[in-house]
Amino acid sequence: MTAYLLRRSFQTVLTLFVMSVLVFVGVYMIGNPVDVLISASATPQERQDIIRAFGLDQPVWTQYWTFLTNSLAGDLGNSFVFNQPALKLILSRMPATLELAFCALVLAVFVGIPLGVWAGLKPDRLTSRMIMTFSILGFSLPTFWIGLMLVMLFSVKLGWLPASGRGQTVELLGVPVSFLTWDGLAHLILPAINLALYKVSLVIRLTRAGVIECLQMEYIRFARAKGLTDARIVFVHVLKNTLIPLITVIGLELGSVIAFAVVTETVFSWPGMGKLIIDAIGNLDRPLILAYLMIIVLMFSLINLVVDILYSVVDPRVRLEGGSE
Amino acid sequence: MSEPMSRPMPMETDAFEPVGEAHSPFMTVFLALVRDRFALTGLILVGVLLVVSIIAPWIVPQNPYDLAELDILDGRLPPGSKSFTGMIFILGTDDQGRDLFSAILYGLRTSLVVGASSAAIALVLGAAAGLISAYAGGRTDAVIMRIVDMQLSFPAILIALILLAILGQGIDKIILALVVTQWAYYARTVRGSALVERRRSYVDAVICLALPKSRIIFSHILPNCLPPLIVVATMRLAYAIMLEATLSFLGIGLPVTEPSLGLLISNGFEYLLSGDYWISLFPGLALLVLVVGINLIGDGLRDILNPRHQG
Repeated sequence: MTAYLLRRSFQTVLTLFVMSVLVFVGVYMIGNPVDVLISASATPQERQDIIRAFGLDQPVWTQYWTFLTNSLAGDLGNSFVFNQPALKLILSRMPATLELAFCALVLAVFVGIPLGVWAGLKPDRLTSRMIMTFSILGFSLPTFWIGLMLVMLFSVKLGWLPASGRGQTVELLGVPVSFLTWDGLAHLILPAINLALYKVSLVIRLTRAGVIECLQMEYIRFARAKGLTDARIVFVHVLKNTLIPLITVIGLELGSVIAFAVVTETVFSWPGMGKLIIDAIGNLDRPLILAYLMIIVLMFSLINLVVDILYSVVDPRVRLEGGSE
Repeated sequence: MSEPMSRPMPMETDAFEPVGEAHSPFMTVFLALVRDRFALTGLILVGVLLVVSIIAPWIVPQNPYDLAELDILDGRLPPGSKSFTGMIFILGTDDQGRDLFSAILYGLRTSLVVGASSAAIALVLGAAAGLISAYAGGRTDAVIMRIVDMQLSFPAILIALILLAILGQGIDKIILALVVTQWAYYARTVRGSALVERRRSYVDAVICLALPKSRIIFSHILPNCLPPLIVVATMRLAYAIMLEATLSFLGIGLPVTEPSLGLLISNGFEYLLSGDYWISLFPGLALLVLVVGINLIGDGLRDILNPRHQG
């Protein structure tokens, strides 16, 4: 187990290093940050001074080394547009994104699993067919377009819910959150539904497949032969065996929900990290782009690492495979 | 090469089975698709959209990107309105007075071209990587599969976002970004089925014939890996079209000069809050029909080509 952990951690560090080199070389070599930093009216002398001040006259590996040592010390550079440390900017936007992502995931679990179980238990019912049609639609509908349609219906036509922003927030353990105020909750509903829709479809399909597979098992037939009630068979035998692998998959999906939050945040002007990066790309705010990409790569590598470790804890076969190499 | 050569000469009959049948394999699959109600619906939807987007320049009432044909006074007219020249905008107009019906057909062209070309390039590259990985084995296999695993651990939209943030806008850049996000799926699928085929006796037979490696891989192993590859390609095509629309909507995909469906929807976003729903609604419906159609075909293909269903 320790060997597996070490090996897996080493891989994560390696991935991080490779990605950081790729992103750094990409961002700094393809475009020239000098043009953004320096006004066209600057004299050649001023130009040279600024280039030297930012270390842009150094070879790329020296620049990367400076960047790496600075970022390990927690300094990812200053945003051109906001003139603030990029790291601070991104961290201040992170709670909004995480709140949205968690709400969407919770919604996906609490809507998707019951519907999926029903569709798996009674596959021939009309309701089950409707659930499955809904899930195909959920897969095929582009997230951003559904977001627009939600805004159109519930904000513009019906006027029930606000179309943009985060609403009133309160501090919870020093972090601003929306879901504890009525206003914030009203702002949260549409974006959360929007972001959850694709995952609901996924959870429905996975749950249904798991339940159908589980119902064919010998132990279910045995439980029926013993004369157990249907309720007990479903809630104890079927659910337990279906949910364990499902939870791992849903954990993995957290990363993709955070990534897709970019789209939902743009539609609903939700002040999260995704909105920040889209604006930064529009403004050519290179330090901010670079910092965002580094943080997101770090975040994903960590999520993947944690999920892999949890997986090996839950499923001993993975651990064995890892140890035998 | 030496390892398979040392195996005993395979004597199973399956290596010598005749290939020809009453129908070509593609015809058989097509006929099975037509018999499936859902897949037939998908075929019809995609077929209609494909035809109208190809003949778009001859059937649209106006060229949506010829500024001389646009009149700003026709801007943001609801569906069914009449222009000053008497033309009827069946789906309304956008902010520039552009006929939405025409714009959607042109957008469909762009979306299809970007989606199909990126899927095709990704398929070729991914299949090649997967075949090499499966055939070579050992260190090559480990390296290729590590890269695939590393890439699949990041969501596609994130990789596309990173690439486009670095590269900037452009039709070539978005195709590149889509290829980079998609190739790994093809590589993994092909490697999986090629590993199975690799152990079949017909492969040992052609190795004994001392055919060149490339010929063994491409004319013998590859054709037998096609069924799962086709299913994955259909699903991935739908995903690529959706991803392109999403990226264009975010303003980091296609430039305004090459408007795809995603960009049309994005244009309508500004006017949504003032109640002009049609500018975003109709391009989105076109996108939805296209993606649903492709997914229905994909579902049908999966049922037909899945060996477990063939018995």
